[in-house]
Amino acid sequence: MSYHPNSVRRRALVARGLLVAAFTLLGGAFFRAQVLRNEEFVLKSESNRLREVPLPGARGIIYDRNGQIIAENLPGYSVSLLSPSVDSLKSALRSLAQVVEIDSAQQALALRRFRAARTRPAVIFNDASFQVVSVLEERRAEFPGLIIQSAPKRYYPDGPAVAALVGYTGEVSDDDLSKERYAGYKAGQLVGRGGLEQQYEKALRAREGSRFVEVDARNRVVRDAGVRPEIQPEAPPPLRTTIDLDLQRYAHEYFGDSLRGAVVALEPQTGGVLALYSAPSYDINKFTGGIAPAFFKSLLDDPHRPMFNRALAGTYAPASTWKLATAVLGMEMGLVNIDTRMPQPCTGHYYYGRVFKCWDKKGHGDITLAQAIAKSCDVYFYQLGLRIGLTNLLAGGVKLGFGDRTSIDLPSERRPTWPASTAYFDRTYGARGWNKSVVLSLSIGQANNAQTPLSMARFYTALATDGKAATPHIVARAPERKQIIELKPAQLRDIQMALADVVSRGTAAGAQIQGLTIAGKTGTAQVNGQQDNAWFVGYAPADAPKIVVAIIIEEGLHGSVAAKVATKLMERYLKAKLTMTAVTND
Amino acid sequence: MARPGLVRRQSIDIPLLGTALLLTIFGIAMVFSAGQTDVPDKGLVGLWQRQLAFFVVALGATWVITRGTVRLIEWSAWPIYVLSIVLLLATFAFGSGAGTASSMKGWLTIGGRRIGQPSELAKLATTLMLARMLAMQRERIRSLVELWKPLMVVGVPWLLVMAQPDLGTGIVFIGICFAMLFWAGVPWQLLVMLASPGVSLILAFSTGVWGAWFLILVALVLWYRPYLVEGVVLVVANVVMGVVAPLLWDKLKPYQQQRFLVFLDPNIDAKGSGYNVIQSQVAIGSGGLFGKGFTLGSQKRLNFLPEQQTDFIFSVVGEELGFVGVFVALALFLALFLRSTRVAARAADAFPSLVAFGLMSAWFVHVMVNVGMTLNLMPVTGIPLPFFSYGGSFLLVSWLAVAVLLRISAEGRGQADALGL
Repeated sequence: MSYHPNSVRRRALVARGLLVAAFTLLGGAFFRAQVLRNEEFVLKSESNRLREVPLPGARGIIYDRNGQIIAENLPGYSVSLLSPSVDSLKSALRSLAQVVEIDSAQQALALRRFRAARTRPAVIFNDASFQVVSVLEERRAEFPGLIIQSAPKRYYPDGPAVAALVGYTGEVSDDDLSKERYAGYKAGQLVGRGGLEQQYEKALRAREGSRFVEVDARNRVVRDAGVRPEIQPEAPPPLRTTIDLDLQRYAHEYFGDSLRGAVVALEPQTGGVLALYSAPSYDINKFTGGIAPAFFKSLLDDPHRPMFNRALAGTYAPASTWKLATAVLGMEMGLVNIDTRMPQPCTGHYYYGRVFKCWDKKGHGDITLAQAIAKSCDVYFYQLGLRIGLTNLLAGGVKLGFGDRTSIDLPSERRPTWPASTAYFDRTYGARGWNKSVVLSLSIGQANNAQTPLSMARFYTALATDGKAATPHIVARAPERKQIIELKPAQLRDIQMALADVVSRGTAAGAQIQGLTIAGKTGTAQVNGQQDNAWFVGYAPADAPKIVVAIIIEEGLHGSVAAKVATKLMERYLKAKLTMTAVTND
Repeated sequence: MARPGLVRRQSIDIPLLGTALLLTIFGIAMVFSAGQTDVPDKGLVGLWQRQLAFFVVALGATWVITRGTVRLIEWSAWPIYVLSIVLLLATFAFGSGAGTASSMKGWLTIGGRRIGQPSELAKLATTLMLARMLAMQRERIRSLVELWKPLMVVGVPWLLVMAQPDLGTGIVFIGICFAMLFWAGVPWQLLVMLASPGVSLILAFSTGVWGAWFLILVALVLWYRPYLVEGVVLVVANVVMGVVAPLLWDKLKPYQQQRFLVFLDPNIDAKGSGYNVIQSQVAIGSGGLFGKGFTLGSQKRLNFLPEQQTDFIFSVVGEELGFVGVFVALALFLALFLRSTRVAARAADAFPSLVAFGLMSAWFVHVMVNVGMTLNLMPVTGIPLPFFSYGGSFLLVSWLAVAVLLRISAEGRGQADALGL
């Protein structure tokens, strides 16, 4: 090699230049990564090591009007797994299954939950038993991604009594998540299903908190607490309802296991729902934390359809309870007064194209409207209906609210059947398929008329007061009332007197209660292939109504049966109220 | 103030020794930090103590070597070279892999115990042998044919290392070879021509880029006018490489192909072979200006960072000490290399000068490839970082190099101002 100092010095200069250039480039690359792109990498490093674990909150408590609890939350535990991938979750589930019992459905559900929200721990048990929790807690080290934490679970102290109005909670489904209504929900969270839980989801929804755990590269939880400040879940304010839980329980007791039907009790001046019950009922608590398939199947297979909410969605021919509507319409048109008699006295039947029977074959003779109401004389109302005329009767029915839902604050209320005009008949039967004699059946609450107990109760709030119907509602709010009956106060009082007579000496005389004047109307509706349905709609006390009750008992044979239940409920409610007033007056 | 009897040895190159000591202490501290994790059973906790023990041994060896002379080193070049070749051959019989390079047979293993990596010794031996060879070359080299001897010296161990296969160490050999040829005064045009078939091989993946390179090469050949045969062979070799490259690509092992593709874009396999580099970048980038604090890097603690005690130890520097720590480490390396270049420039003779420059260039390639790899500037080849990466034989060899440099420095010209700094 040429080792002349000059050439060596030149090469050393080149070498030094290259060294400095190379290190400057390298340093520049580090400056770019560490200083210029620092934020981006900090984020990546943080998302590497931190996992957000949701802290489930408690849903809002639901109270009745006296501060008794309808829905609350019990302490519970959820068990979930943090996993980097489906495969690792599968293998973690396999090893978990050797320690605690996890059936294949639960495993599949856990995988579904994981796929829906991969960064969240996949919930395995929503509501783990104490035994499962203690076993897992003991062997925690074997399951690196395991997260056990408190998760409040919904509890309804009077489960079977409130099933028809409170609904239940369930995990939000994949379908739900795609809906705008559930924007902001995450897989695994709970939503209200049915009843108040669904209707007031926004108000009741738990405000989820979160905490962070530190995990290593294999998703093993390394530090559980103090990694970052926790965000505590917030409890939403409680929901106060107009329900009287005692009355609700009483209805449940009274219907027992043998009766089928429904009852709705309203406060006539406000429309506040005091009780709403559908029988047979079931324990809604069994829906919490996932419905056991066997239990769900038994509910579905039950011929008495316990999940069918008869109070809101059961539509029944209102029968004689509807005769008051005919009477009101006749009086509004000036066709009759309370003491008006019909041209043809009741002989047990009436002829209009064919024979129309009165329920009492013996006949009621020549009677006034008041007597016709008390005795529920069909022949009298046939003639009144004919005088009103089909068109007026249909329009009047609409005006009285029989064609629409009551718009109670519960989901799944069914619209009652009431023809808005004769076009309905043309549509249903063809222009020649029907005749005007249908007005006779309609005026005694039969034919194309099917009302829910709720809708009948609403109509009677107008009868019990000054002709204004109150919109039923469960959550306390300002009453909404609408004038549907346009009669002079004296005329309305006449009708109210006649209704009181029904219980004092008419069709519901057997249901009298000592010391309580009750007004109301029985109804007995024939159903093809079944025993008659029994109706009673009424209110008490007759002179200053505090409660309206509409009740239907399927295959209850006669309205008087329903009347007995109704008056018991009224008595129960009013006596409790009297005692309370007495106590407060002391 | 010279003490009696120490006149000859007082000229210790303090800056050289100092930077090497600082780098080693820095490195052992990082090996200690690499063991501080939240992940149990990784067996890294006590490594720093072993590294420290090796360092003590290395210091002893250094002292012994500095007692010797350059003449002795020159004399030993042949035996060491032969020994290293024999040991390299032995790895094919007794070899085993380790760490990220578990598929290679770089470790000499006897009775299940890994004795050491012969390729580490081979780097040193080849440097010495090449220096001897080039120092004997009296005339200025004007053509490629005259390079056959030096190329043989590098070629034999290089082929053996590539057959292990250890691509990373192979790159170091090439780096040493070119650096020493440059230092020996081989014209740069010849070096470009020598490298041209390899460049063609890499550029062949894009016909356009290769075409441009080819035109430049032809222009260079016409301008430099080497022997006609040489020029023709060169042009043909480049054409063949351009054609052969795709075929050669198919012959590569899948993991080798993957390494190359992942180098181009680590995100194509973010959970697999790109994972290491991505996590390393995240570790370094998240360190910021001042780092997360010594031993406190979360990427390292939680095992996101792979091989944090060896190949990716510089990522720990970046994560825990930030840009400031990186700057200090790189500055120390640069200082060491500049000082080594100075030693080479002031060496008493051609042989020590070439040895000094060769040793420096081997370190330089290690640093560039290893540190560059942590930021995905270089493909992941699994070569360690001198003075930092955990590994006894490597630390020992690095300090042997320091010792040789110290010796050369001591015998070099102008040591008076070296002492006076």
